[in-house]
Amino acid sequence: MKDLAEAALNAAQVKGASYADVRLDEHVTQDIIVKNGQLAAVSDDASEGFGVRVIVDGAWGFAGSARLDNTEVQQVVDRAIRIARASARVRSTPVDLGPPVTSRGKYRTPLERDPFTVPLTEKVDLLLRADAAMGSVKGVTIREGSMEFIRQAKLFASTEGALVEQELFESGAGIEATATSPDDVQNRSYPNSFGRHQGSGGYEYITALELDRHGQRIAEEAVALLTAPQCPSGVKTLILDASQTALQIHESCGHPTELDRVFGMEAAYAGTSFMTPEKLNHLQYGSRNVTITADALTPTGLGTFGWDDEGIPAQRTFLIKDGLFVGYLTSRETASVLGQQSNGTMRADGWNRIPLIRMTNVNLEPGDSSLEQMIAETRDGVYMETNRSWSIDDRRLNFQFGTQLAYEIIDGKRGRMLKNATYAGITPEFWNSCDAVAGRTEWRVWGLANCGKGQPPQVAHVAHGAAPARFQHVKVGILK
Amino acid sequence: MKSMEVARLTDEAELKQFMTRLLERSPAQETEVTVTEDDSALTRFANNGIHQNVAERDATVRVRVVKDGKTGVASINQMSEAAAADVLKRAVAIADLQPRSEVVPMPGPSAAKPVDAWSDATAAATPEDRADFVETVCARAGRAGLKAFGAYSTSAGQFAIANSLGVFHHQRSTQASVNSVVMGDAGSGYADRGAIDVRELDKNQLADEVIDKAQRNQNAQPVEPGIYEVVLEEYAVAEMLEFMSFIGFGALAVQEERSFMRLGERITGEQVNIFDDGLDRTGIPAAFDFEGVPKQRVELITNGVASGLVYDMQTAAKEGRQSTGHGLPAPNTEGPFAVNLFMKPGSVAKADLASDIKRGIWVTRFWYVRVVHPKLSIITGMTREGTFLIENGKITRPVKDLRFTQSILEALNGTLALTRSTKLQVSEYLGAARVPAVRLKAFDFTS
Repeated sequence: MKDLAEAALNAAQVKGASYADVRLDEHVTQDIIVKNGQLAAVSDDASEGFGVRVIVDGAWGFAGSARLDNTEVQQVVDRAIRIARASARVRSTPVDLGPPVTSRGKYRTPLERDPFTVPLTEKVDLLLRADAAMGSVKGVTIREGSMEFIRQAKLFASTEGALVEQELFESGAGIEATATSPDDVQNRSYPNSFGRHQGSGGYEYITALELDRHGQRIAEEAVALLTAPQCPSGVKTLILDASQTALQIHESCGHPTELDRVFGMEAAYAGTSFMTPEKLNHLQYGSRNVTITADALTPTGLGTFGWDDEGIPAQRTFLIKDGLFVGYLTSRETASVLGQQSNGTMRADGWNRIPLIRMTNVNLEPGDSSLEQMIAETRDGVYMETNRSWSIDDRRLNFQFGTQLAYEIIDGKRGRMLKNATYAGITPEFWNSCDAVAGRTEWRVWGLANCGKGQPPQVAHVAHGAAPARFQHVKVGILK
Repeated sequence: MKSMEVARLTDEAELKQFMTRLLERSPAQETEVTVTEDDSALTRFANNGIHQNVAERDATVRVRVVKDGKTGVASINQMSEAAAADVLKRAVAIADLQPRSEVVPMPGPSAAKPVDAWSDATAAATPEDRADFVETVCARAGRAGLKAFGAYSTSAGQFAIANSLGVFHHQRSTQASVNSVVMGDAGSGYADRGAIDVRELDKNQLADEVIDKAQRNQNAQPVEPGIYEVVLEEYAVAEMLEFMSFIGFGALAVQEERSFMRLGERITGEQVNIFDDGLDRTGIPAAFDFEGVPKQRVELITNGVASGLVYDMQTAAKEGRQSTGHGLPAPNTEGPFAVNLFMKPGSVAKADLASDIKRGIWVTRFWYVRVVHPKLSIITGMTREGTFLIENGKITRPVKDLRFTQSILEALNGTLALTRSTKLQVSEYLGAARVPAVRLKAFDFTS
């Protein structure tokens, strides 16, 4: 692997690159799905290859290939160089990467039990037990459970002398129960929605979820939702569970603080950002209860690693401090525009894609309240749990989210279950209305393995530490 | 200069031999192998300059085995004999290690009508070709005092499927697509194009549209949310169809009672006709699906009546009927998908679509659409890059982007007119839709 990397870097320099880096990446993914009491799918996917990124005449070029031999290395380097020269014909400003990066070392995800050594039967048995628990509830029409395990071995080397090797592991699982009637469909999932809850770590992460203990509860909730009243429309106090708070952070803080979006580099696809540079250190993004960090050192986070894909060491930085907007997620190229150094957020989703600025673990720091206390203090509100739909505009201001489950809160007590709950708002107004965040004991790291960005599209695995949080004067119940 | 960019794809005969050898060495009762090869490139631009420019070559060999009533699937992105042996071994090991379960049947051989989805010009597109195109769009935006952003991609690939029951299908295809956002100080416009043949992408025509839209969409002012009569341009219509396919056109969604499709009932306005046709070259054609079943045309909504669904092998077997050729790669728990969508055009010129609207909204495109309630076909999303107020039959001014929360069926129930022209919209995910622009009686903008 190192020889191949060295050959690519040498060839790039000889052919005129002022900078080059190479990433070799080997991915193995195992997916298991159990559906309605049957093992519906087991797949084992492997992908390996390399990608070469070069700067020639101040412009970028990149090429990648799955063929790992020296002839292919030369062809891929030629292709990247030719692409960079074509880029240089239509470039605006020359790329400036700032100070050189010379990181060297190795990193491996801490884990207790390598998920690829766990017998398939053990994994399937756990999913079948959870399926049976869901199946014990009358009225459930679809039951599904899934697991995913990923091992990624990657090497990054650059013409500046960086050479880092990493072996990263992810484990994830989840279950979902769906109940239907002639004119309705309702679902509940655990621990999170959209397939599974995922983290960096080994099979111990799955065991701790206790999927089989939660099957019956979510199935009962799915059935009960069919006859639950519709979430009423109005302006109310809103309390979000930790997982929905995590998605709120993702969409309304994580994405708009990506500095490539701010500079228009994603404008034609994912969009731009309302958090423009003149607002840095001036915008009161949220209330004083809101402190948000980007922390690639968070244990079990999907954004936890040794170095990013430009060789920048993992680190913790502030994005929002006591409500004030104080920082961006940056790359070498974008940070240098602001006279800063990268805070290490560049990641590619494989050997065949260039790294982009991606969230690491973007965490809402814990507060000093609790879910119980927040409910007790609320006169007229709604508690919402587990995301069902999410949508936000291209500048990350106007959002609308829906959750699987909700409860009305009246005079400090949890009341009736509500269905089809939605809420909407404008990002800074919403976060400035945050008057309570639960403490460390209810704070948890939520993995999101479906974050799309870039052209060609890439899917990043990111995470958010979050606890239940409360917001005032929120528009809820969009569906009438 | 002779291009070195001509797509490098394995010869069909060689590919067939590779797949046949893999099938012959399988110890399973039934084996399926698919090979996907892609050679693609994409040039991305922002602020009137190229800022990302990439290319890749990849291949995936995927094997599904059925052994003693158990199924295993494995894939690898290498085409060597050693890799083939490894992926087969892993698929068999997965099957051996699991309990018996329901088996998705494999199809037997049947002839697929060949489709022409290839363009030599697209396969030979170079970085310089892409830069030339981008340069024109950026230069024209710059001359207009605007900034251009976007991506221009060309790709060539092939897909082949064979199974131990005698199926072998192979198809080569190319695709070229470009999208652009052009921004001024106080607003932006959007345009995109997609085609099999890169020569159909006209850089000046694209620049005309996106620059005109950006210039007209400056200094938008808010308009009160509420229910408006609307004109949806083709970009928005195609996205709506894609969501209909995602939540309702597949047989599994109906079998699991989560689809909005009520077969035999009128579910939209009578002017609405939607079908899926993988063999129509005015779309992005495909001769067969990912299970090796030839594509059939399926009428989905006919004169407003829910008239058909798409099937794969599993959902077809459940109802004792034939697959329509809409299966996805194994293992698949999502069911079949309609990915070659068409909406029948009407008779109105696009320029006349708003002529009878007293007060309404003109929507260029949607953004970040998500499903709020699948059975009620309710979606939410934002408008983007070109939302205008229509007053007394004319577009009078740009308005700030709006959020909508709307049932698709209810919206289509109020279909008042469709254009006679159609546009091909290549999906971000899979397939494409060819659709007209439409005028709808009511659309609910919620904020």
